Amino acid sequence: MKKIIDFIVIEKQSFPRAALLKLKSDMPLPEIRGGQFVNVRVDGCDKAYLRRPISIHDVDYQNNTIDLLIQEKHEGTTKLCALPVGATVNVVLPLGNGFTMPDKDDNVLLVGGGIGIAPLLYFAKTICRDARPSVFTTAFLLGGRTRDDLMLLDRFRNEGDVFITTNDGSMGEKGFVTEHSLWDTMKINKIYACGPMPMMKAVAKLARERGIWCEVSLENQMACGIGACLCCVENTKEGNLCVCKEGPVFNIERLLW
Amino acid sequence: MVKTEIKLKGLTLKNPVMTASGTFGYGEEYADFVDLSELGGIIVKGTTLHHREGNPYPRMAETPMGMLNCVGLQNKGVDYFVETIYPRIRHFDTNVLVNVSGSNIDDYVTAAAKIDALEDIPAIELNVSCPNVKQGGMAFGVTCSGIEQVVKAVREVYHKHLMVKLSPNVTNIAEIALAAEAAGADSVSLINTLLGMAINAETRKPVLSMVTGGLSGACVKPVALRMVWQVSKAVKIPVIGLGGISSATDAIEFLLAGASAIQIGTANFIDPAISAKVAKGIEEYCERQGVEDVNELVGGMIV
Repeated sequence: MKKIIDFIVIEKQSFPRAALLKLKSDMPLPEIRGGQFVNVRVDGCDKAYLRRPISIHDVDYQNNTIDLLIQEKHEGTTKLCALPVGATVNVVLPLGNGFTMPDKDDNVLLVGGGIGIAPLLYFAKTICRDARPSVFTTAFLLGGRTRDDLMLLDRFRNEGDVFITTNDGSMGEKGFVTEHSLWDTMKINKIYACGPMPMMKAVAKLARERGIWCEVSLENQMACGIGACLCCVENTKEGNLCVCKEGPVFNIERLLW
Repeated sequence: MVKTEIKLKGLTLKNPVMTASGTFGYGEEYADFVDLSELGGIIVKGTTLHHREGNPYPRMAETPMGMLNCVGLQNKGVDYFVETIYPRIRHFDTNVLVNVSGSNIDDYVTAAAKIDALEDIPAIELNVSCPNVKQGGMAFGVTCSGIEQVVKAVREVYHKHLMVKLSPNVTNIAEIALAAEAAGADSVSLINTLLGMAINAETRKPVLSMVTGGLSGACVKPVALRMVWQVSKAVKIPVIGLGGISSATDAIEFLLAGASAIQIGTANFIDPAISAKVAKGIEEYCERQGVEDVNELVGGMIV
């Protein structure tokens, strides 16, 4: 069930052009799947009339907290990143479909680019919680323009092997995620990807060439976040579908790219 | 106890709050947030005779205190509504109205006749004002002769409450409202979105796929309020006010300007629970002001 909850910011970590907010609720959290998102109201910002959809980075049911890793893109997200500890944040959650849980014996690769790394952590944790030990391997392939884009790596290392690419070579292998050497060495049969559109298209192309099952998480611009306004549609093989409701996660076989 | 019931011809609302077409899906999308029985009515997504894919993405641009959209009436057509959606929503404990749109008079008439046959739909809202579709209704809604033609034709086949949604993109909206009334409308709702556009200065490209789109949200409220006031002075049929309503106070302003009921649109996106809050807030206002019947507020602006 979806809820509207006033959370309090109880912890904050700042990064260049991004912030990690830990939000605590007095109410029990609804059940949240990996890959779902929240819609956050931006208070006191003339240029953010609508809510901002943000991936759920982590969930702690025992303490009723969620973590949001937010990139400063425009005025709205900049305002959210500037929220101090103690601030109240109005959030609608959980929204969207989330990633499909892998099957027994799957070798799973989670590919994230830029802020697209955010939803992969919680999804990996749900794989550990719900599917392991039957899922064979979970590994992360995370890409950034520079090392500054790659945040919270220790968190990811707790959940699986982490492989890195940066465009400038400042960390990991130089190049794009699709150019990493692991593609030639690792056995992979399920890919989950979230990141900039060109990255996801490149990952989808690679997956198709190799016949690997692949889901991507889209971030089309949204208004309502709950499938009512039909603004965020992706043109798919089934026609225009709402990314907020029928997505944000789509199997690449449903997409036209 | 404040009396909140609003009686329109063939349509009784338990309170003056409805939700605007295109912002509330089929009501189901909001069921986690709002007890629909607390609303006067919901107006479901614009429905056309045939399936429509709508316009390409991007369909939305955020603007100061508002947004532009060019969704373009994406829907699966009236038969799909009748067969698949209607059975799911017909027993909601509120009035379920269907917004009907078309690109020619025959389409309007055929779709309206199919909705007329549905026992649990007490009214339609005729959309002659969608700005996002070529010949998508707005062509009918911007001239007196156009609106007369389509309302007259639909009136012949539609026997329940016929609400006509007016476009603000006209020189004199009162004239258009009078034409709708003369052609047989039971009420008029206004305003649909204001035609606008947005350009990305960096790329020098339009933000919306259709270049232009309809502006809605808090920013349009003063224009909507003025038009509701002008129309309610001109016509005898009830006026349903909408345009930027985001609070109970906003809703009361529309009632005072002459609206018999109101619709909440874009504000549903910012607070999915807003519609029920507005209904409750209107009651609280009446209690505070010693108003026994909400109907006393209608047209009650003191000049």
